[in-house]
Amino acid sequence: MSEPAVTVANVSKMFRLYHDRNQSLKATLMRGRRARYEEFQALDDVSLVVPAGTTFGLIGENGSGKSTLLKCMARILRPESGSITVNGKISALLELGAGFHPELSGKENIYLNGAILGLGSKDIDRKYDDIVEFAGLEQFIDTPVKNYSSGMYVRLGFSVAINVEPDVLLVDEVLAVGDEQFQRRCNEKFAELRAQDKTIVVVSHGLGLMRTICDELAWLEHGRVRMSGPAGEVVDHYLAEVQTDRQTGAEPDGRGARWGSGEAQIDDIQLLDVNGRETNRLHTGETVTIRVRYHADEPVERPVFGLAIFNIEGVLVTGPNTREAGLVPDVIHGAGVVDLSIDKMMLLPGTYDISASLYDYAVVHPFDFRQRAVRFDVDAGIPHETFGGVMSLGGRWTAQPDGAETIRANGSADRASDGGDPASRSGDTNNE
Amino acid sequence: MNPLADLTQSRDLLVNLTLRELRGKYKRSVLGWSWSLLNPLATMVIFSVVFGRLIGISPTTSPSGLNNYPAFLLCGLLAWNFLANGMNGSMVALLGNAGLIKKVYFPREILVYATVLALDWSFVIEMGLMMVFLLILGNMVLPWILGIILAMVLMTLFVTGIGLMLSVLNVYFRDLQYLVGIGLQLWFYLTPIIYPITTVTDSHGIPPWVKTIYVLNPMLSFVQIFRSMLYDLQFPRWSQVAYVTVWSLGVVVIGMVVFRKFEARLAEEL
Repeated sequence: MSEPAVTVANVSKMFRLYHDRNQSLKATLMRGRRARYEEFQALDDVSLVVPAGTTFGLIGENGSGKSTLLKCMARILRPESGSITVNGKISALLELGAGFHPELSGKENIYLNGAILGLGSKDIDRKYDDIVEFAGLEQFIDTPVKNYSSGMYVRLGFSVAINVEPDVLLVDEVLAVGDEQFQRRCNEKFAELRAQDKTIVVVSHGLGLMRTICDELAWLEHGRVRMSGPAGEVVDHYLAEVQTDRQTGAEPDGRGARWGSGEAQIDDIQLLDVNGRETNRLHTGETVTIRVRYHADEPVERPVFGLAIFNIEGVLVTGPNTREAGLVPDVIHGAGVVDLSIDKMMLLPGTYDISASLYDYAVVHPFDFRQRAVRFDVDAGIPHETFGGVMSLGGRWTAQPDGAETIRANGSADRASDGGDPASRSGDTNNE
Repeated sequence: MNPLADLTQSRDLLVNLTLRELRGKYKRSVLGWSWSLLNPLATMVIFSVVFGRLIGISPTTSPSGLNNYPAFLLCGLLAWNFLANGMNGSMVALLGNAGLIKKVYFPREILVYATVLALDWSFVIEMGLMMVFLLILGNMVLPWILGIILAMVLMTLFVTGIGLMLSVLNVYFRDLQYLVGIGLQLWFYLTPIIYPITTVTDSHGIPPWVKTIYVLNPMLSFVQIFRSMLYDLQFPRWSQVAYVTVWSLGVVVIGMVVFRKFEARLAEEL
């Protein structure tokens, strides 16, 4: 463990951004040179050390160079300057099942993919049974992989890759694939690798996950290492920065898209706190109103207003609309507001986006759709939960040792008999 | 990393990628393997009818006493097919595996080697069958097997070298394959495959300097070498053997140098 697993020393990587993608000999000869390009500095003098036996994460906004750095470590990309030294065998999980031939059987592809990932035929002979078993594909192993479901395909790919038994494993966000059960197996496998003191370098946007699984993190920004150190510390700094950054109005790509036919339009989406003041910083458990301001230049019959709340990873948390709630105005004409009042907003701390839409009654034709138009932050409130997740269920905890008092979460206690036995009470209900 | 382990690993990969080429190619077709033989066979029949019968090109009667146009044609055609398929195959060897190159590291030139090696397999089978055909015609080719194998090895080096260059250049200049398509046609007729070399060398209408340039074509020497061993049952000219050896080694070295030079940014350009 004295020697670092990966040493990145002064690595710079330049990408060429071509102005015209016309890479032809004809054009080159006519122009007398290859296509014009601008250079884009993807990595700028990056140095870092990944200690052996640790799980090391790379975080940063899109385009910060974290995936580029991972690919440089994997030797897929070659940096212009600097050096990357890897101690031991390295394997990269950038895409599962890369190099599978659709016409070949699962078995043939295991050998092929294994060889691509650096396993000799003898190694594969030895591990073949493990690979098949982990993928759970015993019955289908002689079927061409083109007949596999995407889940089976990914399972086989992962199973081969993980059985390469690397000293250093590089993982891009591939693990966000497969079904629940497979994800759990992947996570178990990673836990196993970590327990075996293997080194894992992982790139992900999932800050919660990174905080949990990584020992150390490096935060990349515009191709430079902004900060590196213990995972929790780096995530905290990163979040603090990203949240203040946004208030200056800088919008990353992929948000703020808008479409629709425009007969009626959504002018604004506001979050109002309990006092009716506009805010974009809430606390778990607070009362909040989401207000949609609209105007219709011409009469629009039976419109449907919809909202959707996404977390920072783009997962839809909830998507209420007026039609399902039974609120359908006969017609709107002119300006107005539609409010969604929430007594207890149960989102857990994090950053969320709101989309708002205005549709016809059939929810087929959009008049206006504003994709992830407003972003807000949720800070810790009540209930206070810090073990991840998106929403609190707002439940109440009680405990009742046999023959003792019921202990409630707020510390008060009463006799079990006072509150009535839950079982007998439900029995009463049934009798009614 | 241990270079010897690296080499073993590369060998395993080469074997597996070659098998992928071979297995994948005809896997889902009814005739399967026979396709790879049917193709040259069809070409041979068509050319024999068109050039042998209709146009009336006749091969020189060989010292072995054989005078058979299809046999004459095949001796050059198989070597040519190997070259043409090798060039076409190499040009897509990298482009066709872009997904792989962008996601996994392995020595990229192995993709070209696997392409050529898979074609070598067909080449060997075709040669074997042709020898049977020649034996039936009464040409005792068996003593020349070793020579044929050596010539095939040299051709493999030659095609690999060209393939290495074309594969990587085709990534940077995507229209190269159209140019190569035209070039191959021209090259085909500049090589004495469908006609005997004497048609050009003995012609009085062709200026001597054109003839000098004409015989510089390394494929001409390759075809002549195969033909002298298989059709004429004679030892090929030493000068021609030396000539193709120099070409093959030279081309393979240049191919490797070119490949190395362009390989660095391959994953980005694909």
